[in-house]
Amino acid sequence: MRYLESVVTLNLDTEKCVGCGRCADVCPHRVFTMTDRKATMVDRGACMECGACRKNCPAGAITVEAGVGCAYALIRSRITGKEACCG
Amino acid sequence: MVLIPRQGVAAFSPATITLPDAPRYLTTSISLHDRLEHLLVRFGWRRRQYRTEPALYRIGSATAESPVIVTANYKLTLDKVRGACAGLDLWILVLDTHGINVWCAAGKGTFGTDEIARMAKESRLADIVKHRRLIVPQLGASGVSAHRVKELTGFTVVYGPVRITDLRAFLAAGMQASDAMRRVHFDLADRIAVTPMELVLSWQLFLAALAAGLLLWASRASTLGAAIVPFIGAIIMGTVIVPLSLPLFPFRPFVLKGLAGGLLWAFAMIAFFPGDILTVARHLTLLPPVTAYLVFNFTGSTAFTSPSGVKAEIRWFTWPLLIWFVAGVGLFFAELVRGWLL
Repeated sequence: MRYLESVVTLNLDTEKCVGCGRCADVCPHRVFTMTDRKATMVDRGACMECGACRKNCPAGAITVEAGVGCAYALIRSRITGKEACCG
Repeated sequence: MVLIPRQGVAAFSPATITLPDAPRYLTTSISLHDRLEHLLVRFGWRRRQYRTEPALYRIGSATAESPVIVTANYKLTLDKVRGACAGLDLWILVLDTHGINVWCAAGKGTFGTDEIARMAKESRLADIVKHRRLIVPQLGASGVSAHRVKELTGFTVVYGPVRITDLRAFLAAGMQASDAMRRVHFDLADRIAVTPMELVLSWQLFLAALAAGLLLWASRASTLGAAIVPFIGAIIMGTVIVPLSLPLFPFRPFVLKGLAGGLLWAFAMIAFFPGDILTVARHLTLLPPVTAYLVFNFTGSTAFTSPSGVKAEIRWFTWPLLIWFVAGVGLFFAELVRGWLL
């Protein structure tokens, strides 16, 4: 099953990549692979923005707007103006 | 719900027993009582209290060379972990995630870098094992920064497989996870495991549906069954039927999957309880938005939806759904009034 691919916020700065391969390890949707000691995105649309890759990138080469993904929390945060949280 | 396991076979090694807070044994057998609790907790029974004491636990006859795996203190999680460790000798470092599973706790950060560092220190892990490796579940990675753990504790994080049932193969392969072990699925079994909670969490909605149905019936607008069944069914459709058969519904946005399910249900009700144009219109306007909203909420239980996608759906569908629903409420009251007048 796949979700909305066009709105995914994941980005990789290959210049900064040090080739440690952590992003490829942690991604549960196999977005990254390692080629020639550099990470590349092979399935960016599968990203669920969990933020694991960003959190484990020692070079700060990955950006993604990660966060809580459930509708209820996001609707509530939209209404109350507070940060989304599972409760 | 504190679990203090005492059953073990081998004795503590003298080196370990002299430690002030000697690691405790954890059995790998899952009792019938555990299984019953697992079933109940899936339906929300004492879910918040279903936790284990955070500590370092010993499995089998773990030694200073044995691997260390990290997990959460949700007892359902720990039971799955220890159940998968039968016959293995290892250490389990249970973090304090306030009784929340690894994935959700990692999202909140309670299964995270600082908590690993704290528990490693508190359990004196560095004195108990000689190696410097921690096997952290892959789905905990969104809360854990491997390079920060290394800085804080001296331990190197090795990300283990997504599913604990692959642990044995992972260890046998020299702590290497295959691509399949690293991939998260959200198949029927996963969906069956999470839907009971959706049902339980919508109890207020069931009460509202019942009240609405009884009102209709009391106003003599329809028979008891024809009044109640459409409402109750729309909720079950949104919390159970569509979530379970998610891939069968077309469109990627969850709101559209829900609308498809809701319309399907509305048409079934129109066919099953023939009514006049007002009733037909009420079914078509009141039921689909309710089902759509519930299915949309299921994004919080899946393992593939992104927050950006959910935000996009909120932008696209909030007003159309709201207008659709308000029209349904209007027709509902029109039917009530007509029932009273006639």
